[in-house]
Amino acid sequence: MRYAETGFNLEIDLTRGNIEKVASDPRDTELYLGGLGTNAKIIWDRVPPEVEAFSPENLLIFGAGLLCGTPATGCNRTIVSTISPQTKLLAFSMMGGFWAPELKYAGYDKVILRGKSPDLVYIWIKDDKVELRDASHLAGKGSIETAELIREELNEPKAQVAAIGMAGENRVFYASVEQGRSSASRGGIGAVMGDKGVKAIVVRGTKDLNVADPEKYMELCNDVLKYIKHREDNPIPGVMPILAGLGSPQEMKVHDEKWHTENFMWGNSRVRRRDFWNEEVEKEWTETMEKARTRLISCFNCPMKCGATISMPGLPTYMMKCFTKLTYTMGAFSDLDFGLRIAQKATEYGVDGFSAPQVMAFALELLENGILTDKDFPDMPEDNEGRFFYLLDKIVRREGIGDVLADGTYWAAKKIGNGADAYAHNNIKKHEQLPLKLSMLNPVYFLMYATGEKMNITQIEGQFPQAPFATREEREAFVSDWIQVPDEKFKQILLDWEFRGENSNPYYPTVEMACDIVDWQETMHYIDDALGQCAGLSSFPLKPPYHIHNYPEFISAGTGMEMDKDKLTEAAKRYRTLVRAINIRRGMRRKDEKPPANHWKKRFPELEEKLLDEYYKLKGWNKDGIPTRESLQQLGLGYVSEDFLQRGILSKDDEAADQDTAAETSVEA
Amino acid sequence: MSAKKTKTIKTIKIDVDKCNGCRACEVICSSFHAIPKYSNNNPARSRIRVIHEPLRDVYVPVYAGDYAVAECAGRDKYIIDGKEYDECAFCRAACPSREEFKEPDSGLPLKCDMCEGEEEPLCVKWCLVDALTIEEREVEIDDEEEEKRDEIEIGLESLVNRFGIDKVSDLIAQISKK
Repeated sequence: MRYAETGFNLEIDLTRGNIEKVASDPRDTELYLGGLGTNAKIIWDRVPPEVEAFSPENLLIFGAGLLCGTPATGCNRTIVSTISPQTKLLAFSMMGGFWAPELKYAGYDKVILRGKSPDLVYIWIKDDKVELRDASHLAGKGSIETAELIREELNEPKAQVAAIGMAGENRVFYASVEQGRSSASRGGIGAVMGDKGVKAIVVRGTKDLNVADPEKYMELCNDVLKYIKHREDNPIPGVMPILAGLGSPQEMKVHDEKWHTENFMWGNSRVRRRDFWNEEVEKEWTETMEKARTRLISCFNCPMKCGATISMPGLPTYMMKCFTKLTYTMGAFSDLDFGLRIAQKATEYGVDGFSAPQVMAFALELLENGILTDKDFPDMPEDNEGRFFYLLDKIVRREGIGDVLADGTYWAAKKIGNGADAYAHNNIKKHEQLPLKLSMLNPVYFLMYATGEKMNITQIEGQFPQAPFATREEREAFVSDWIQVPDEKFKQILLDWEFRGENSNPYYPTVEMACDIVDWQETMHYIDDALGQCAGLSSFPLKPPYHIHNYPEFISAGTGMEMDKDKLTEAAKRYRTLVRAINIRRGMRRKDEKPPANHWKKRFPELEEKLLDEYYKLKGWNKDGIPTRESLQQLGLGYVSEDFLQRGILSKDDEAADQDTAAETSVEA
Repeated sequence: MSAKKTKTIKTIKIDVDKCNGCRACEVICSSFHAIPKYSNNNPARSRIRVIHEPLRDVYVPVYAGDYAVAECAGRDKYIIDGKEYDECAFCRAACPSREEFKEPDSGLPLKCDMCEGEEEPLCVKWCLVDALTIEEREVEIDDEEEEKRDEIEIGLESLVNRFGIDKVSDLIAQISKK
């Protein structure tokens, strides 16, 4: 018997309409855990680098995390993996909500889609019964609207629906998969779903999910709940409010947006408005939010209320979380009322809340600067807000200039030419990033931005404070109950970290320390992504209830596999390396690992080189960012090493085959 | 007039305004009632259900009560604070008209037992948002009413009422001679 996981995947060939229930190999669980780990293994095995995002051979995998559906609080994430049309690399966006546990209760760990359906369909999974159903009547419908219509026509109010809107159907490169209160948004996963002709995947499950050591597992769960309560009662002093507690940043709850509106960039990630926040704005925005927000809501089995139901006058109700609250508002230099109204449309259309507003702001900047002209925007309204609604419509329908913009700023700039690429300035690996522009290089963030393959800083950062504490007393207080550290040395790093002087950015944390911090943070995120645990209770906040010391126990008691800290760290390293291997095989190299040139004003080219060199070394990668034969062998990834040799990516002497490329394309200052 | 006695009744107080729809109550309920305890979980087996329709802001945690052999004749609608609720949303019965509160495999009805043997019902313990809280209240009970009368006494009394005291005492005398 399999514990915590069901041991079965659903394999659906959309071209032929064939559906199979396939037992998974328990040895893969030992090596790659589940969720992202086993998704990556399947993609490595079955999607060679020649396969493009919109090839029928591309897979689209909806993977429930290893512990999803068990009583572990907050363990509810679906890890959706495929090849991204925008980055051409592995996309592995995740969504919380209710879908993954429901899939487990239906008796499956993953839904693996291949091929393309000739007609628009939706997939209906009810326990052992799985069918492809006609979705032609749902074409063009909004993602939330679709979910409601399907629940109604199936008469299944408890079914969980992951659906795309018009953006996904029209293969917008930053289309999302929406699930009511959550979405898998980054990397254009919705576009791949649309390309495969799948409007929605609908699940209802009524089966038991077992754990191996019931008493122990429950004890661990109760400890986590206790710790959550403790953290709720004891917010961390000396950090900004959204970093003091647990959960995703509590954007739906908090009204004070001084920090975001004055520190994040407006428009096409360019303009900082230092004196924006005042009493008048606060009053108006608070009123808007209070009126719009019906309730603070949660994902499956989680007490954190990171989301909200939003009803704007005259518009259908939708659900929102986190920073989408402000991305449209700030992209358009507008107010919260506009932001919440356009986000309703954007959610129904199914687009990523980071990329979409940035692309629209980019388009208007091109118009302002004469690179695009009025002819490119026929019948566009005069007013600013109207223009954003206009552009959103054009993009999701791929009409006129919208067809170009639907590929994101990187590809749009290439197509438009005429110097447009200077305006596509906020990308890493061709993907739009958070609108942040700062002054002094931060070595930890440099490494995370450069080497992260999750494409969003919020899904890489966490655990270690973002800035030093002002006084020694505050630091000592912070480290006094810092049980989450994998090694005591992290406490000393924090104790010695200062705002100014020798022990401050960019040379402190030192290169070695920065590498260790980033490695710790990234490891925790990768563990979450395999277990299905929401980062909001684990890798993202300071002092979370889940950490490297209790995770092995959760895995042992849950699955029955023997697990300890070292074994877990190694497993995470194994599939993290496999993710990198997939991308290396697709051409990603050191030259691609750079934050936007203008992310920091003060850059330190030599230091940045050194950071990358040392981090690569720590990770077992060579100077070009390619995992070495030796490290691959150690991790049991000999098959990757073989493949790299065959393709000439690595040569026998364990260095990058193409040494010149490595030297030439180092990070630009 | 006899002295009033009191007894303590435990009730679960449900604050639908505080419910965040996370269904942790369903998780822990089904896990606690698994055999062996905590060995598995499956919200479809839970004895508490959160009836929720997020877009209409309907959130009603409801507990499984007694089994009803037949469905109701009319199922009314309630409008509370402008939100329309189906009467079934508040109903505790496992009944033929819906799938709530039945074992998914056997169809047998389920009933909340307040987690017998635990300090408090576990759904309450796991509800960190306090939509579910336990309330103890003292209820006055009638002394006479409470003191249970003997079954024989009740039986004899009804015989006396029917046949008269003489006939009944004669019969008892006869039986005791045998």
